[in-house]
Amino acid sequence: MTSTSELAGGLIVVDDLTVNYGGGAPVLIDVDLTIEPGDLVGIVGPSGSGKSTLLKAMLGTVAPVSGSVRRAPGLAVGLVPQVETIDWNFPVTVAECVGMARARGLRMPWMSRSERTEIGDVLDRLGMHGLGGRHIRELSGGQQQRVFLARALFTNAQVIFLDEPTSGLDVRTRHDVLHLLDDLNADGLTIVLTTHDLNGIAAHLPTVVCLNRSVIGAGRPDEVLVPDVLERTYGSPMEVLEHGGMRVVVDSPIDGNVTPMRRIAGGRGGASA
Amino acid sequence: MSWDELLRPFEFEFFRNGIYVATIAGALCGVVGCYVVLRNMSYIGHGLSHSIFGGYAVAGLAGVNLFLGAGIWGVVTALAVGGIVRRRPIGSDAAIGVVTTASFALGLALVQLYGSPGRNADALLFGNVLGVTTSDVWLIVGVALATAAIVFFFYRQLLFTTFDSQVAAATGVRTAWIDALLMVVLSATVLATMNVMGVTLIAATLVVPAVVARMLTDSFGKMLALSGVIGAVSGFVGMNASYHLDVASGPTIVLTSACFFIVAYVFGGRFRRRAGTVAHAH
Repeated sequence: MTSTSELAGGLIVVDDLTVNYGGGAPVLIDVDLTIEPGDLVGIVGPSGSGKSTLLKAMLGTVAPVSGSVRRAPGLAVGLVPQVETIDWNFPVTVAECVGMARARGLRMPWMSRSERTEIGDVLDRLGMHGLGGRHIRELSGGQQQRVFLARALFTNAQVIFLDEPTSGLDVRTRHDVLHLLDDLNADGLTIVLTTHDLNGIAAHLPTVVCLNRSVIGAGRPDEVLVPDVLERTYGSPMEVLEHGGMRVVVDSPIDGNVTPMRRIAGGRGGASA
Repeated sequence: MSWDELLRPFEFEFFRNGIYVATIAGALCGVVGCYVVLRNMSYIGHGLSHSIFGGYAVAGLAGVNLFLGAGIWGVVTALAVGGIVRRRPIGSDAAIGVVTTASFALGLALVQLYGSPGRNADALLFGNVLGVTTSDVWLIVGVALATAAIVFFFYRQLLFTTFDSQVAAATGVRTAWIDALLMVVLSATVLATMNVMGVTLIAATLVVPAVVARMLTDSFGKMLALSGVIGAVSGFVGMNASYHLDVASGPTIVLTSACFFIVAYVFGGRFRRRAGTVAHAH
């Protein structure tokens, strides 16, 4: 992964990309980004920074105002949507949900024997053996996320995009999802995800892109999760602490205009910033 | 009631035509209605049938074939609803409310100004099974076969687009084209079914079987099949009830499917839990 526009190679090359919706203010401005085979990239940034729009642009569902997004010819992509966007009352079983992904062209409604085997294999790989007949609502939070990952894998995607894959998940499930993505990446799958979770997700990824309409910084977490880049990304001072060999990003409300919070109102313990 | 009495109406051609159309229309609306209900467009059937009434009036005034004119009008209306929802921040219910009622109002105004074109306006509004001709039977058979072929060959694309349009588009499904195809099928279904059901009751034949099927299963494939069967049975039973009770066919068909709804409401949860238990065991 690189954020320089000079590089022409890669699976997806975003070059000087500017996007807006309906002629309004630009959501993305002059974004340069290259996704290379085997990348595992996390895009971080505040709400409204253009993370999801950048994913859509790379998927080809949002047209640029200027600049370009070039994808390798024949590149198969998959998208795992935010779980909040899913209609959990829609009548689909796990197997139907995964199987619908192979929808292009004229196909039989039912799954062929080989497709059923493939779906079983994908579900096994994601630790969901025997759950094909269940309705999607009957799954746990982590399993629900995995169904849509399975659907993306069933398309034989070379690049999978995940929009906030850990939002709403508990700590343990979040770890499970992160390890799963790491395993899939180790098997050669290219993964691009957006996340709000700097400590739980972004700090553990090989590559992080800090986005706030433009790319503010891109590289290894120890290169970009630094106070200067984070402040320019989030527009607010942030500190990076070392804890047990790990980097921990914390909000830092200590600047000239803000009084540091010393104690939670009414609390006795004196939680301080 | 003896078998002879039950079978007597089948001696009449008008009844046989009516029962063919009601049964096929029931199955057709049952299948198409699944997509309508799952897209939260339950009022599209109601709106489109009203809109097509406007199309009849315009086609009559323009001197073109009533069926063709009303059909084209219905397709344009449905595409306009889809286009507005896609391009403007307006929900499908509101878009249906604006476009189709405006079309209905235009139809009413034209009928008042220039008179009813061809068919009796009452028959269009409330259905007239006595007026079902052999050509109506062939029309519904044609629409049903075309719909079956479309649902068969585009099953996965229709399902993917209905369930998760954004992801479907991102992975290469031409969702705008699939949406337009569904709207054409829906318009043809409403047009071909109007003779039996009438403008005012057609929405129920689209919505009720699909809702009943949804209460009985958590699988899309099974919902589609169940809804088609419930629609067909409602059409067949309702048509017979219409003859024996001497009540218009539209109401008896809708009331039959409403009975299915009550049964599914009372027993559906238990049925689905048991089906789920079986599914989990595999």
